Amino acid sequence: MSASQPLLAPVAAEEARRPVVAVEDLRIAFPGETGEVVAVDGLSFTLSPGAALGLVGESGSGKSATALALLGLHRGSSARVSGRVEVAGVDLGAASAEEVRRLRGRRIAMIFQDPLSALDPYYSVGDQIAEVCRVHTGMDRRAAWARAVTVLDRVGIPSAARRARSHPHEFSGGMRQRAMIAMALACEPDVLVADEPTTALDVTVQAQILDLLHELREESGMALLLVTHDLGVAAGNVDDVLVMHAGVAVERGPVGRVLSAPTEPYTRELVAAVPRIETPRRSIVDTKGVTPSSTVDKNAEPLVRITELRRHFRQRGGLFRRGEPVRAVDGVSLGVLRGETLGIVGESGSGKTTLARMMVRLLDPTSGTIHFDGHDLASLPEKRLRPLRRDLQMVFQDPASSLNPRRTVGDSIADPLRIHGADESEIRRVVAEMMERVGLDPARRDRYPHEFSGGQRQRVGIARALVLRPRLLVCDEPVSALDVSTQSRVVRLLADLKREFDLTLVFVAHDLALVRQVSDRVAVMRAGQVVEIADSDTLYENPEHPYTRALLAAVPRLDPEQARAQRAARRAVAVADADHAGTSEGAGEPR
Amino acid sequence: MLSYLVRRVVGAVVVLFVLSVAVFAIFYLLPGDPAQLVCGVKTCSADRLALVRQKLGLDQPVAMQYWQFVTGLVVGRDVSAGPTVLHCPAPCLGFSFQTDEPVLALITDRLPVSLSLTLGAMVLWLTIGVGGGVLSALRRGRFVDRATTALVLGGMSVPVFVSGLLLLMVFCVWLRWLPFPSYVPLGSDPAAWAANLVLPWFALALVQAATYARLTRTSMLETLAEDHIRTARAYGLRESRVVGRHALRGALTPLATMLAIDVGAVLTSAALTETLFGLPGLGQLLVQSVNTLDLPVVVGLMLLAGFAIVIGNVVADLLYAVLDRRVSLT
Repeated sequence: MSASQPLLAPVAAEEARRPVVAVEDLRIAFPGETGEVVAVDGLSFTLSPGAALGLVGESGSGKSATALALLGLHRGSSARVSGRVEVAGVDLGAASAEEVRRLRGRRIAMIFQDPLSALDPYYSVGDQIAEVCRVHTGMDRRAAWARAVTVLDRVGIPSAARRARSHPHEFSGGMRQRAMIAMALACEPDVLVADEPTTALDVTVQAQILDLLHELREESGMALLLVTHDLGVAAGNVDDVLVMHAGVAVERGPVGRVLSAPTEPYTRELVAAVPRIETPRRSIVDTKGVTPSSTVDKNAEPLVRITELRRHFRQRGGLFRRGEPVRAVDGVSLGVLRGETLGIVGESGSGKTTLARMMVRLLDPTSGTIHFDGHDLASLPEKRLRPLRRDLQMVFQDPASSLNPRRTVGDSIADPLRIHGADESEIRRVVAEMMERVGLDPARRDRYPHEFSGGQRQRVGIARALVLRPRLLVCDEPVSALDVSTQSRVVRLLADLKREFDLTLVFVAHDLALVRQVSDRVAVMRAGQVVEIADSDTLYENPEHPYTRALLAAVPRLDPEQARAQRAARRAVAVADADHAGTSEGAGEPR
Repeated sequence: MLSYLVRRVVGAVVVLFVLSVAVFAIFYLLPGDPAQLVCGVKTCSADRLALVRQKLGLDQPVAMQYWQFVTGLVVGRDVSAGPTVLHCPAPCLGFSFQTDEPVLALITDRLPVSLSLTLGAMVLWLTIGVGGGVLSALRRGRFVDRATTALVLGGMSVPVFVSGLLLLMVFCVWLRWLPFPSYVPLGSDPAAWAANLVLPWFALALVQAATYARLTRTSMLETLAEDHIRTARAYGLRESRVVGRHALRGALTPLATMLAIDVGAVLTSAALTETLFGLPGLGQLLVQSVNTLDLPVVVGLMLLAGFAIVIGNVVADLLYAVLDRRVSLT
């Protein structure tokens, strides 16, 4: 075989240039009730070894269906896949089931959005990783277990040898995603497909996971296909992006170019809709072109004054021991000024929802006072509270589950009026008026919630909250279930309505950039306490509390340059921290 | 864990207490006189009847009878049988009105029969039920699935005295492959024990297997749709392993808890099967003693049945916690 010797080098070089993933004219369709639904239509792209491509788009754009097609995971389902998908030189359409199986996990690995449901609850994490090693490498049990511990250690699981024996539910959200990544690393694949890998995680944990992925890619040279709805996540983590809309590729190119100078109208709209954390509040205008007023009188008596508010949840204890209570809200004092929008931000488990619910007395406080208009809401008995309820309304996070699916939207909006005893003709008039006002066609009042889109359902939720003309409107993550373009429309609607109805708004959200855009003042919560409260621009530009600083540093930026700078800054902090203590990840998460 | 056990034991005692009171109460509300039955309906004189009544303790107030029963259960009691005094040690369930035998002995005599029948049938119904359920989940909507569903419906709707009779006709009368069942203790001749029990096992298992097949199918389909099954496939595990190790584990967990309860219940309620195949089991004893108003035996059996179901529930809970580590017993 000496004759082939000179040929080897060029072949190897050729091999290295050859894309590790090549997709050509991919079409994925699902059979629907009225003909087939085309999820992906005529999609083509390639991924070179070591490269990182972002597949971005809103829900229903076909990005996840594409990701699954790369591993041949539509096989055996009702989906019809056509076109050509080639991974590591294997044509998935033509390959046998056994060939595809050998590819999965070994040459191409995938991580999923929700690591809790993506890992088998019945086996330990180490067991599941070792199983993958044994399937692909023929290692014996002992070697496979050792490999599992090694990769768990690599992804930053502390005392990996011990934790490998833990089951997924014993890990925090971030740790679980690390374990999932460890599983992906087990066989050193050429390509990693990450489908919304950080969507279920808090912003600081998200930053840690993304940094880890970045590091691993630098180290191992594997290619990355990052599927995400979050342009900020794409900006800092991929070289190129492919923007998808309704199953079609709309625009592609280097991430910096696409996000800073998009050429297609859809991309331009999408990029414009993303709230930016670096943009001051005053530059946002509502639909009438009015910038937020500064009519809030900071010296007047606040509409709501909360003092030392606490809410503890009793944990189930045993017969002989009482469980330590969870201090969901632990001594919060703040005022909500008349006519302002107060933003409340915090990570999951920080107590922001509990606080919001107590403000409208959907939850009884354990102790403390909530003064509203001369009454203490915290201690008022329900009977005397009822007349005040019309002033206190709430918009909930998930419009799909907070509307009764068996009642028409007209009835849902009318309910508060009925409870407060309006007559039917009056109700019909007000409901029609309110639907029109929130941008819904009053003719659709007799339709049911499932016939509306997510954004429209949230409009129904807002109409229901406003129909009694409340003075205080508490919105708990009102747009976090919505796509970014819908999100910006709903936020603008809220700004309009606030002015028109002379509302005082409390806006609870985990999205720091969004909160900056809508709030006059912002309170940052952590572990049941408010760690910092300040004017919005002051808080974002000169955060005082270290936790606020850490939160802000973790928010993904749309500008790849900034994202790189932030990553470097985080790395520097991490190195400094390593001398002090372990990670803070998962702190305050009641698991 | 400890507090869990303490609460379950307290709960069990309460359940058994209520059960025994209820059985006593129902017994005295029912028409019929046990003393009359013991004495003989036609030949019994009024004097003899009074004597029998006194001997059985039926002349005492109901509350007193109940109190004696409870003392006997806890510390044992002495019973005068004519000139001699019999000591009945705790736990004393009393003596049968009909045969004068100690109830405890009656029950322990028959327990091996019922255990043999129930446990053997359990193995069968699990094999048939789980196997059929898994098969029909994996071949969802195809011929195998439909055939299994049809069989399952058949099994559910044919009563045991029909399917049992058919089995007897086919295997004992026409084919003559098996002897007409009669109980042979496992200890004396294992082969004969099994040969005699094969038909009752099948008859009893067919009814139960149907339920288990339905449940396994549903549970399996649910598990197969879970995200972690997609993960297992995405990491290149063989389909046999995806199903056998990952899907089955999740699908069978709810079944284990149902099984523990069912075994407890079937143990004392397989009267039809026992009667049909001439097995002297607990179910048969229960029917007999109810017919003859044999109160001590009825109460003893009811307590045993209650006890078996309570134990079944505890075992079910423990099994669940062992099988699914996310569950903690508090």
